[in-house]
Order: sequence, then structure tokens, then C-alpha cells
Amino acid sequence: MNTLTADSRLAHVAEFISLEADVLDQYDYQAWLALWVEEGKYVVPVEPDEQNFEDTLNYAYDNAAMRDMRVRRLTSGESMSASHAARTLRNVSRFRILGTEANGDLRVRNAQTLVEYKFDRHRTFAANVEWVLRPDGDSFKIVQKVVRLINGGDSLTGLTFLP
Amino acid sequence: MSAQNFASLVKQDRVHTALYTDPEIFDEEMERIFKSTWVWVAHDSQIPNKNDWISTHVGHEPVIVNRDKNGTVRVMLNRCRHRGATICEKKKGNSPGFVCPYHAWTYGVDGSLKGLPLPKGYKDFDKSDYGLIQLRVESYNGLIFATFNEDAPPLEEFLGRARPWIDLFMKQGGGYPVKTLGEHKFTFPGNWKIQLENTTDAYHFPVVHKSFLSSLDGDTEELFSFMDAGGYVEDLGNGHSVMVMIPDLVDLEENLDEPIPERFEELAEELRQDHSEEEVRRIVRAVTGSGFNVNLFPNLACSMAFFRVLRPLSVDETEIRHIAIGMDGGPAAANRMRLRLHEHFQGPMGFGTTDDAEAWERVQRGAQGGEDNVWIMLNRGEDKTESNAGDVTAETGMRAAYQMWKEVMTQ
Repeated sequence: MNTLTADSRLAHVAEFISLEADVLDQYDYQAWLALWVEEGKYVVPVEPDEQNFEDTLNYAYDNAAMRDMRVRRLTSGESMSASHAARTLRNVSRFRILGTEANGDLRVRNAQTLVEYKFDRHRTFAANVEWVLRPDGDSFKIVQKVVRLINGGDSLTGLTFLP
Repeated sequence: MSAQNFASLVKQDRVHTALYTDPEIFDEEMERIFKSTWVWVAHDSQIPNKNDWISTHVGHEPVIVNRDKNGTVRVMLNRCRHRGATICEKKKGNSPGFVCPYHAWTYGVDGSLKGLPLPKGYKDFDKSDYGLIQLRVESYNGLIFATFNEDAPPLEEFLGRARPWIDLFMKQGGGYPVKTLGEHKFTFPGNWKIQLENTTDAYHFPVVHKSFLSSLDGDTEELFSFMDAGGYVEDLGNGHSVMVMIPDLVDLEENLDEPIPERFEELAEELRQDHSEEEVRRIVRAVTGSGFNVNLFPNLACSMAFFRVLRPLSVDETEIRHIAIGMDGGPAAANRMRLRLHEHFQGPMGFGTTDDAEAWERVQRGAQGGEDNVWIMLNRGEDKTESNAGDVTAETGMRAAYQMWKEVMTQ
């Protein structure tokens, strides 16, 4: 685990995760929806170490239908907070391939530092992000994205973006 | 600031924006309200076993809420009597005593000082003088309250006419005791009373929560179309109020013979494997919560399907917790549905809360400029009449809370 290996997949993974971050920073939500497999799960658990998402409270626990609804809400013009959404800038780094599933899916973890700007102030949201990525041609599809906010469970603020 | 000045800021139908912006008023509130009335601290299910504890706050004061080895619920200042360090920084635990990590002063679960290192360094030292500071504690139907005020009336008297509404609210256990299932905690940069008003404000719902309503299926959207559905608001005394939005869901043990709505048929089918038809109907009817909000002055709302708890941090900063609740020992499928419904509306990423938080912050930003002559209007709607007629968008609950504010602040 602690030996370095030149893994050619790592650059690919980093490029894909950077792409996903850029798509969200640009509010290109339709492009974001297209990155997922149909059965994919987008999870922001409350407790940073949670493993059982189904039986515990999350900030977001989204299947395809909920992702669609979330994007509709953010883009419909009906939500006062989304119509006045924060600008975001996320840095993604510290990519690590944790393993490969029998079907070829990659398990990956990276660091994400997201800076939000709204109402004349900057706020920082730091998280470990865990992925299950399925190779798809020259790219990947997202099977699971789990955003483990390091201050999960403590006081957050209303989020007008997708971490 | 004198009592007379406080009184002049609260009229029957409006309050001055200084109540949102003046730090001196805020400091007085923390003394006169949060140190003198009953403040909600926990639900029984958060400390089910002997030696269970949680750490929380009463106003600014950090406290430990625990169940001691005799089963007595205690609320004690989370502050060592030696140098004042907090003893518990974790959110919860189970332990046979408390040890201050600074100099290892050791307290029993009843708060008594049991021991300390090198006691011979103290002269004429009586350990019984140095127990953890205890608050007065009383409970009603699983809700645990504490107060610093030895002269406060008994809790049941303080809750008064809110009690039957609390009893109705707890029926959403669906035949099981109510249990907390985790919480969403967030802050907003605004005064605590902006949030106090919100759980008795039906008027904002179709406006602020339009994007939430659009995300629902037809049946559920109809359920939330309560603006003209016979709802009402009632002043329950002592600053408490109830806002009934969905009269059909006031008593969850009534109307159990009605057909199960289509959107719950899948859940009902799953429940039928282990439960009788009567139990299935009871659980399904309870799964979305009650059709009303009971607002308890100053810090708790039993709000449809969750507990909303507020804590003032400063004049323009407030912490809010949306505590999910479910059925203790009830079917996992029902509790999962409750968790998913909670996530849909509540919390920092909820379809509802994010828009509420934006609105509350805008109130604070708007109030900030108007030092001299800006008033918040609370004059909307008729109060409930004997026939239960009235207007669900009436600002009766806010008027009730502010009249209590005035009473407490001018005592």
C-alpha cells in the first residue's frame, strides 16, 4: 500500500476528476448529469466516516431521479438561493487509486478544497472525495461519488452548489 | 437598556428591527430569556441508557445532558470547577464518570466531585462544594428541558396548552416510541428570532419553496397546497403556538380505514411481510409526520416530521439543528423513507432549507440599515376562532412569541 507505483491510470483518473470539478464550477449541470451511470449514487454523508448511507442521515443521497430533480431546482429559476448561487472554485489533488473491482471499476480517493463566494464573503469546504469510476471508452462514468466533508456533522451553511 | 425601552420596541402588530440588530438587546436576551425560561436540551432517545451523555448548550452555556446510574436525567455545566475547561468535547458517549483532561479532576455521573490528584495541596477543601453546576431539569413526553431559574414555574405549567399538541406530534412513532435519527446542523448570519418566526410562517411556503413543490409528485404537491385547506394558527400561551397546515394529519391515529395513497403502496407492500394490516396502516399514515408545527418558546419547534432547534450565537448569527426522527424499533423501510424525506427538504443541501436560509439572511441584511424607524410587520391574518376557522397564513404565532418576549424582557 505504501510503495509508489507508476500507474498510468492515475493521470487519466486525475483528468476525469478535474473535468468533473470544472463542469460543476462552470454550472454546466447537464454535462455533469451525463457523467453518471444510470444506477450511480451521489452521496454527501453527515458523518465523515459513515459507511451505511441508506440507514443514516445524509446531506444528499441521490439516485438518478434525485440528481435530475436537484439539477432542475438549481436551474429552474424557482429557487431564490440557486438564482443567486455562489461562485465556486474547487481544487482537486492528492489522487490515489485505492483498488480495482472485479468488473474493472476503479476505487479512487482525492482531496477537494472548494472555495465559495457569495454575499461578499469567501467560505471554504474541504473534503475527502471517494469515487467508484467505471472505464468507459477513453473516459469514465461515475458509479459512486461520496463527498466526505471534514466538518460533516458540525455547522455548515446553506449550499447553493453541489460539493 | 431599561424594561420600558424593550416594551416600546414590541407593539401588538409589529416589532422594531433593533430586535434583530442591537447587540445590547441580544446580551439582555441571553440573560432574561435563555437563563430564565425552560430551554429544550435533548430528546429521551438521545440518552437511552444509564451513563449515556451528550454535550450541547443552553444559550451560551456548554452543558452535559446525561442519564446517571439511577436513571435520573441531569443537565450540568460542561465546565470543570477547577480551571473552567470543558470536560466533554465529543458530541456523545457512555462513561461511568467524567474526567477533566486538564488536571484530572474526576466527577461521578451525578456530577459530584469524586477525586483529584494530590489533594493534600488544598487546605480546608470539601469536595462536596465542587460538584458540577446543575441545572433544573424536567421532561414532557420525551422532551427534556432545563433552566437556570429555580423559580421558573413547573415545566408542565410552562408548556400549558402546547402539551396536547406535543402528544399528537409524538404519534408519528406509528405505534413505536419516537427516536432521533441524526441531524443537520447549520448556521445563518442573522438573528435567532428570524428563525423563531419561520416555523409559524405558512405565508412564505409557496413562494420560497416553489422549487421544492415542483420537485414533488402530484399527490404530494397537493398535500402541500395547504394555503386554502382549512388550516389555522393558534396562540397556545407563554409564547407557544401551533400552525395546522394539513388538518387531516393532526391525529395520526384517526382515519386508519382510509385507502393507502398510491405513493405509499410500495412501502405498505414491504411492511405487510412482517406486520398486520392495522400496523401497516398506522406506520404508513405516520411516515410523513404530523400536519402541524408546534412552536415552543424560545428554542424548539416540533415541526411536521422533525425537531427544529435554534441557538443564538450572536446578535447576527444563529445555529439551527434539524433533528430527524423516526420509529424506535420500527421497520427499517419506514425509517429509511423518513430519512430520505428529511434529506429532500431539510439541511444545508435540502430543497427547502437552502432557500429559507437565503431569505433569513436577506432579512438580516435588510434590517441592518434601518436603525431608526424600520418595523417588522406581524399584522397578517385572523386569529383562530372557536370554530377552528382562521387563516393558516395568519401571523398569530409570531405575535404570541413576541408578546412573550416582551413579558420576559420587561419582568
